[in-house]
Amino acid sequence: MKPKPRPAGQYAEFMARAYTLELEATERYAQFAEQLETHNNREVAKLFRKLADIEALHAKRILDEMQWPSMPALPPAYAWEGAEGPETAPLDAIHYLMQPYHALEIALRCEREAQKYYEGIAASRAPKQVRDAAREMAAEEAGHVTLIEEWMRRVPRPAAGWDEDPDPPRMNE
Amino acid sequence: MNAPLTIPLQAKDFKSDYKPVWCPGCGDYSVLSAMTKALAMLDLRPENVAVVSGIGCSSRIPAYTTCYGFHGVHGRALPAATGLKVARPDLTVLVASGDGDGYSIGGNHFLHACRRNVDLTYIVMDNHVYGMTKGQPSPTTEPDWCSKLAPGGTGVREFHPLVIALASGANFIARAFSGDPNGCAGLIAEAVRHPGFSFIEVLSPCVTFRPEQRGWKDRAHPAPVAPTDDPARAARRLMSDDGFNIGVLFKGNRPAFSAGSTQCGQMQDLEKAFQL
Repeated sequence: MKPKPRPAGQYAEFMARAYTLELEATERYAQFAEQLETHNNREVAKLFRKLADIEALHAKRILDEMQWPSMPALPPAYAWEGAEGPETAPLDAIHYLMQPYHALEIALRCEREAQKYYEGIAASRAPKQVRDAAREMAAEEAGHVTLIEEWMRRVPRPAAGWDEDPDPPRMNE
Repeated sequence: MNAPLTIPLQAKDFKSDYKPVWCPGCGDYSVLSAMTKALAMLDLRPENVAVVSGIGCSSRIPAYTTCYGFHGVHGRALPAATGLKVARPDLTVLVASGDGDGYSIGGNHFLHACRRNVDLTYIVMDNHVYGMTKGQPSPTTEPDWCSKLAPGGTGVREFHPLVIALASGANFIARAFSGDPNGCAGLIAEAVRHPGFSFIEVLSPCVTFRPEQRGWKDRAHPAPVAPTDDPARAARRLMSDDGFNIGVLFKGNRPAFSAGSTQCGQMQDLEKAFQL
């Protein structure tokens, strides 16, 4: 099959990268939801599912804005500063007994990282169109940070010993 | 007649509907993700790929893919995969294992699979512990790792799989880290493309029995030098390796084994010998 043409210009490249960032975050939250569904932590699984849906909406918005029917052909994986995109939660961040507050803590960290990432580009020597878009996205991520902080205030803080399981499914005998 | 239209597949097309039952946060989730991404990158189709495994947490992986799968006997994934590849060279055969299954129970098969150099990709998810059976030390466990099951540690030095693979004749040797699923996918794809026996050790933390392995993300780093095709140079590098160099470490140029290369006659002649 003929490869799709690469989007022209740095602005399109930046937007494709932003799209990938959202997509990677979506996939990770969906993965977390699946893991916790398997381990019967339905409340947190539902929350991660919701976070995945939110990130998927952000990704779709980028496609719509760029009028791309699908992701343009670009290298399959970007070289991020870390091993994964700035908005992607580390795979080992979850626990089978975790509570909604913990999930929101993870989301908060991810949104802050994304904000920092866009602020870095906004302050760089990138073309003006890219800097403007990055500034806009940083502001959007800052808005998400505020939303999650508010959300966290409505969720009970886990008590000490939340991860203690009197009958753990896995322990060495 | 027009050629049949083939639509490129995505990673999700290689994932089955079975939900993995690994512990939340287990590195093996990331290896599954990397494996499916690699298969999509290689433009393969599930019906042309077989995933063969032994026993252990990591060996559950075939069921989680839409490829052909064989969840076999403890330590015996490699002989089954070797037979499959020799009989069906058209298939891409991936072999999944863990440090217990692959280096202890299947240790002998590991040596000879490297030596035979059949075109397989062997992915070993190494977490330095037997996770499925609740935390016994494995061949790659550090001698001083103290646990309820090994008070004071085993005192036995670790197995060095990459050096063993090199000495035994593996044609491609790499180390990946599950904390970098995109990098891991790239390495798996490169290993599949490379002819002969390709071995990838994936550092895949066990968050349940080795929670301290969460710290591996701070230790894993890209290998500072390009891969070599010189086994002597590779041996020196691997012997002084810190265990956290990530990337392709050796790319040999031995021709892969093929069933036709042994000059043992035609199938009909062999069949005659078995006639009563």
